[in-house]
Amino acid sequence: MAQEAMPGTFLEGIRPTYIYKVVLLGSTSVGKSSLAYRYVKNDFKESLPTVGCSFFTQTLNLEVATVKFEIWDTAGQEKYHSVCHLYYRGAHAALLVYDIANKETLNRAKLWLRDLEKEFLPDEIVIALVGNKMDLAAEREVATEEGEEFARTKGLLFMETSAKSNHQVNDIFMAIAQELLQRERQKASAPSLHGRSTVDLGESRARTGCC
Amino acid sequence: MAADVHRKKGWEVPNGSLAPGDGQHVERSESPTPGLAQGTEPGAGQEGAMFVHTRSYEDLTSPEDGAAAVRSPEERQGEPAEPTSMEQISKDFSELSTQLTGMALDVEEEIRQSKEGKLEPSPQTTRRDSVLSGKEEEDVTMDAWRMHRKHVFVLSEAGKPVYSRYGSEEALSSTMGVMMALVSFLEAEKNAIRSIHADGYKVVFVRRSPLVLVAVARTRQSEQEIAHELLYIYYQILSLLTWTQLNHIFQQKQNYDLRRLLAGSERITDNLLDLMAHDPSFLMGAVRCLPLAASVRDAVSTSLQQAKAKSLVFSILLSGNQLVSLVRKKDQFLHPIDLHLLFNLISSSSSFREGEAWTPICLPKFNSSGFFHAHISYLEQEMDLCLLLVSTDREDFFTVSDCKRRFQERLRRRGVHHALQEALRTPFYSVAQVGIPDLRHFIYKSKSSGLFTSPEIEAPYVHEEEKERLLGLYQYLHSRAHNSSRPLKNIYFTGPRENLLAWVTSAFELYICYSPLGTKAGAISAVNKLMKWIRKEEDRLFILTPQTY
Repeated sequence: MAQEAMPGTFLEGIRPTYIYKVVLLGSTSVGKSSLAYRYVKNDFKESLPTVGCSFFTQTLNLEVATVKFEIWDTAGQEKYHSVCHLYYRGAHAALLVYDIANKETLNRAKLWLRDLEKEFLPDEIVIALVGNKMDLAAEREVATEEGEEFARTKGLLFMETSAKSNHQVNDIFMAIAQELLQRERQKASAPSLHGRSTVDLGESRARTGCC
Repeated sequence: MAADVHRKKGWEVPNGSLAPGDGQHVERSESPTPGLAQGTEPGAGQEGAMFVHTRSYEDLTSPEDGAAAVRSPEERQGEPAEPTSMEQISKDFSELSTQLTGMALDVEEEIRQSKEGKLEPSPQTTRRDSVLSGKEEEDVTMDAWRMHRKHVFVLSEAGKPVYSRYGSEEALSSTMGVMMALVSFLEAEKNAIRSIHADGYKVVFVRRSPLVLVAVARTRQSEQEIAHELLYIYYQILSLLTWTQLNHIFQQKQNYDLRRLLAGSERITDNLLDLMAHDPSFLMGAVRCLPLAASVRDAVSTSLQQAKAKSLVFSILLSGNQLVSLVRKKDQFLHPIDLHLLFNLISSSSSFREGEAWTPICLPKFNSSGFFHAHISYLEQEMDLCLLLVSTDREDFFTVSDCKRRFQERLRRRGVHHALQEALRTPFYSVAQVGIPDLRHFIYKSKSSGLFTSPEIEAPYVHEEEKERLLGLYQYLHSRAHNSSRPLKNIYFTGPRENLLAWVTSAFELYICYSPLGTKAGAISAVNKLMKWIRKEEDRLFILTPQTY
């Protein structure tokens, strides 16, 4: 399912490189851009609403593999919803972000989940539910248990984060990387009917375009 | 003639691919004379223009003005025209205002529903957004709110608020209802309201179905210029939604609350209004270039040109609100208004500073029915140099992103990086360079290229109010020069604090600000000297050789 940057690097002693497309989805001002910015630049600043979407890359050198994340940070505003499916098409992982101090945003995240379920088979995409703005715990409207419970019933990864105070931001992306690699291993051990299951990067780009 | 082509409405012209008018002479005269032909004035491009060929300010505004205004009376042709008496008017009006209170209640009801509703952005998030953009919602009942020099309101034809420059739209729903009532009331009489002048205020109405735009201003601007600014706001909204989508929405649901779709974009409109109050680009309907040695600019343009892709239509490099280079697809011309909207979009958001942005955008003057996809990124973290690649294909992100990489690589190989950095350190030049002691400031626009040049505003115009006052004086001269009933070619204006001179020909427009102690003869000789200086410096101040892919 992942795009392998250098096909044939499964040779012993050389770590394979995987490229994963990760998309951030959620309502306006829940902190999608801040999460991306914290993760990629390890910094925080109050930002204005994203226009369209922003693209970042981040490379992780793990023991077993090199993982390159292509992060698509989408705008939460309604006028961009019609183009959003463009951004999440072909994604390997999605972060559904809500604001723990705003109950409404969790409902919106549930709707995003429904959209994703329409587009993807369950084993095609890793989905994480992320309750952001832990630093606003005093104004909390969504209990940790509530998010946790919902994530469990739907089989999603779950974490509460704070981009502002740098709480669990790396962890959620790391959890996603581990889950993706885990699935990669499962797929490799399962006998493949189609021969090589990974897709050549160049080929895949040409076919799927930006998404 | 180019002017005739422009009589057509923007979206009836296929893709706005209007070639510039013929008669662009390549020969250039050594020193400018009043009879200078268009295309030979200082700053005129040698190989045709980059922009849609707008001869003048009137081309931008007047052709469309009439069309919308006459629409409604036609609709109501079936109704018998009733005799009007003052009594009748006041009776009708009181009826209308009763209806309006009803309308306002409807709006409140919808707002309450949307609070409970699942999908609509909650008012809370909107509030946060306004906090982020540093704009506190004002209390509309306060005097401070009334004291603003220019209010701008946008409403739908159902009287629903869409945008207000100051204060929250909800609080203004009844005010906006009254505005719609005024519009409808006159339309019922087969007439159209254009403006109200009272007590030092101008209330200007622009009707662009399905929207109505209203400004309440106590600036020195003419009605025509305020209407021009309102049109910019209208185009700004189109650039986010497209004309097609906007119409479709209101055909489906007449009382749709458009704020839902515009949520998060108010700051773009706010920024546009602020920019129009400071930047003469909008008044001139032209674009200012970053002063740059011609060899450096050519190297940049060539690098841009070589980093092309099939789907690319425009490659634009800009710094602040000044153009560094623009490369376009052959036969495709950008309209200055569209470029202004792009400039405004970039200056109104810090989100482009990080990563690479990919966003749908409509260029309403080019084609108001569809979206382009724009790749927006800054070349370097610390450098104020933004690259904008406009593509027709929304799937083409990686190809376009690669164009950026190739452009940067070529730029590096040509070794102009350092020179570019140096130029960015002084993005404005001083008027002292011209060498005319009494000259304080000037604006010179080359009509055929759609470009203008202007030095930095210096002492005595140090404070913001002073700068705005100077721009206000230019606005005044501009409105006198372009008055549709009585246009003027030469204006000499003597004020208590400065003298100004305006000179408008078919090829260029020049506005100079001069010491109050200077004489008219002095000003005229200064103009000649200034024109020679501009001619000498034109390859640095303008883009003389625009490139195409």
